[in-house]
Amino acid sequence: MHALYPGGADAAGAASTGVSSPEVGGTAAGSARAGSGQARTVPLDGSKTVLGPDEISRALTRIAHEILERTNGAADVVLLGIPTRGVPLARRLASKLSQAEGRPAPAGSLDVTMYRDDLRLRPARRLGHTAVPPAGIDGKIVVLVDDVLYSGRTVRAALDALGDIGRPRAVQLAVLVDRGHRELPIRADYVGKNLPTSQREVVQVLLTETDGQDGVVLGMGRASQADAAQSDREQLDKEQSSRAQSNAAQPDPVRADAPGRGDTPGDGIPTQAAR
Amino acid sequence: MNRHLISAADLSRDDALLVLDTAEELAQMAERPIRKLPTLRGRTVVNLFYEDSTRTRISFEAAAKRLSADVINFSAKGSSVAKGESLKDTALTLEAMGADAVVIRHPASGAPHRLAGWVRGSVVNAGDGTHEHPTQALLDAFTMRRRLGRLDGLRVAIVGDVLHSRVARSNVLLLRTLGADVTLVAPPTLLPVAVSAWPCEVSYELSAVLPKTDVVMMLRVQAERMNAAYFPTVREYSRRYGLDAARMAMLPDHAIVMHPGPMNRGVEIAAEVADSARSTIVEQVANGVSVRMAVLYLLLGGADPGGADPGGADAGAGRRSSEAAEVAR
Repeated sequence: MHALYPGGADAAGAASTGVSSPEVGGTAAGSARAGSGQARTVPLDGSKTVLGPDEISRALTRIAHEILERTNGAADVVLLGIPTRGVPLARRLASKLSQAEGRPAPAGSLDVTMYRDDLRLRPARRLGHTAVPPAGIDGKIVVLVDDVLYSGRTVRAALDALGDIGRPRAVQLAVLVDRGHRELPIRADYVGKNLPTSQREVVQVLLTETDGQDGVVLGMGRASQADAAQSDREQLDKEQSSRAQSNAAQPDPVRADAPGRGDTPGDGIPTQAAR
Repeated sequence: MNRHLISAADLSRDDALLVLDTAEELAQMAERPIRKLPTLRGRTVVNLFYEDSTRTRISFEAAAKRLSADVINFSAKGSSVAKGESLKDTALTLEAMGADAVVIRHPASGAPHRLAGWVRGSVVNAGDGTHEHPTQALLDAFTMRRRLGRLDGLRVAIVGDVLHSRVARSNVLLLRTLGADVTLVAPPTLLPVAVSAWPCEVSYELSAVLPKTDVVMMLRVQAERMNAAYFPTVREYSRRYGLDAARMAMLPDHAIVMHPGPMNRGVEIAAEVADSARSTIVEQVANGVSVRMAVLYLLLGGADPGGADPGGADAGAGRRSSEAAEVAR
């Protein structure tokens, strides 16, 4: 049965470590963190830091300049961060935009919990905060901001949520990390770093505002399991590692550092085929 | 959260705060152009009302509809209940129709508790006899927190017909859980016998309590439940326990006046008090929708907790989804 529900299996690893994943994304990341305490601040065993504080800052500066370029000076741009970690990222981008252009860019947050397609997989989760700038989003260019782009399901939910708030002129997507493995036809307009991963790995984004430090950490899903369902986990891990191997046989063709493009050839399809 | 919401005592402090925080987010939605969320699409909520009600039924209906649930309204008048159908048979009928949640109001205390043993869906108590009305207590707590910014240490006076009031029972339990200090004010005849066991203070003198009160909640005199002479005349009751402008002036400046409705203007509350800026009575109705949306979302929005299922054809489906929940954790 697990093999039939790869999304759910991923969520197991991701949710219990409080890591950004499509299942956790938004608000759920906060509750997952609350559920498993230290997993958040203590780096995973055998994990490696992929981006340090300076690199995160540079990536955001680059994204800010790309936004300025692609939106004619960001006059009509509204940045909406997806909770939890998209929100501080949106704020940072907004301040970089106003530094570069001298004009304040409105930033807010957009909770997508009520629009998720995986609500019934877990007990009802706590809602995040939605704060749309007072001028609204009608006729604006909305840039959605999230920490990790994975399956694309969070973004789909965000697009639905936006539709209920207003009618933006255009919607774009900025993410700090694109880790591939898309399950929907969605891609980012602005990418901080393209990170080739296997689905067994977990990507952890740490931000000063929420975690006390900046960093992007890549680790193995198994590392921080303190679950009662240990045997379940091991079963899952076996299945996941076999899947990971088949993925490895066909390496994710991700082009690292493709500034401004974001449209990695690895988006989704090859890994889907590998399954 | 438990699977059902039958008593305010079912809620731990964390549960209650989760409901209030969720309602706070949902209350924002009321200001949007599109007041609808897709969260409970395909789920069915049955409003099972054996007693007259305007605001509670409409409030639950609006809450369920804003979450995109299908709503079936059932009132005892004009249904098979009038032909003598028992609660259990009605429940089994609803069960067969696939109700995911049953919102029940019933004149008999304990009816929701019985119902919870018969149906697979969640049961939400919308008022049972003189027992409890937990969503009213939640919306009252929500209103207090919105107006005064906190609940911990808040001094709340609940005044009037405590004996017949399910609102008072639920409020005493919930406010205690949330750290507020409750004082009941009523003539001795309108207090329950075992009130000394409740986690609250008791007073017979309204004027003495008002100056040290942050929230005064007036209860309706429930004439329809009064089968004996509880006070000599309405006029005397009103003079001693009614809230008029002179009494309202004894309250601290920040204090608010609440009433669960429907009001008897001129009996427990004077019209000028009910319409004053301190009165939160209309606000309470608006907040009721947000709080009930939060309750329905938290009970129905996530995975089926399973386990407690009383068998049936769909038990397998319940188990599957609870397994999925296990995995996702």
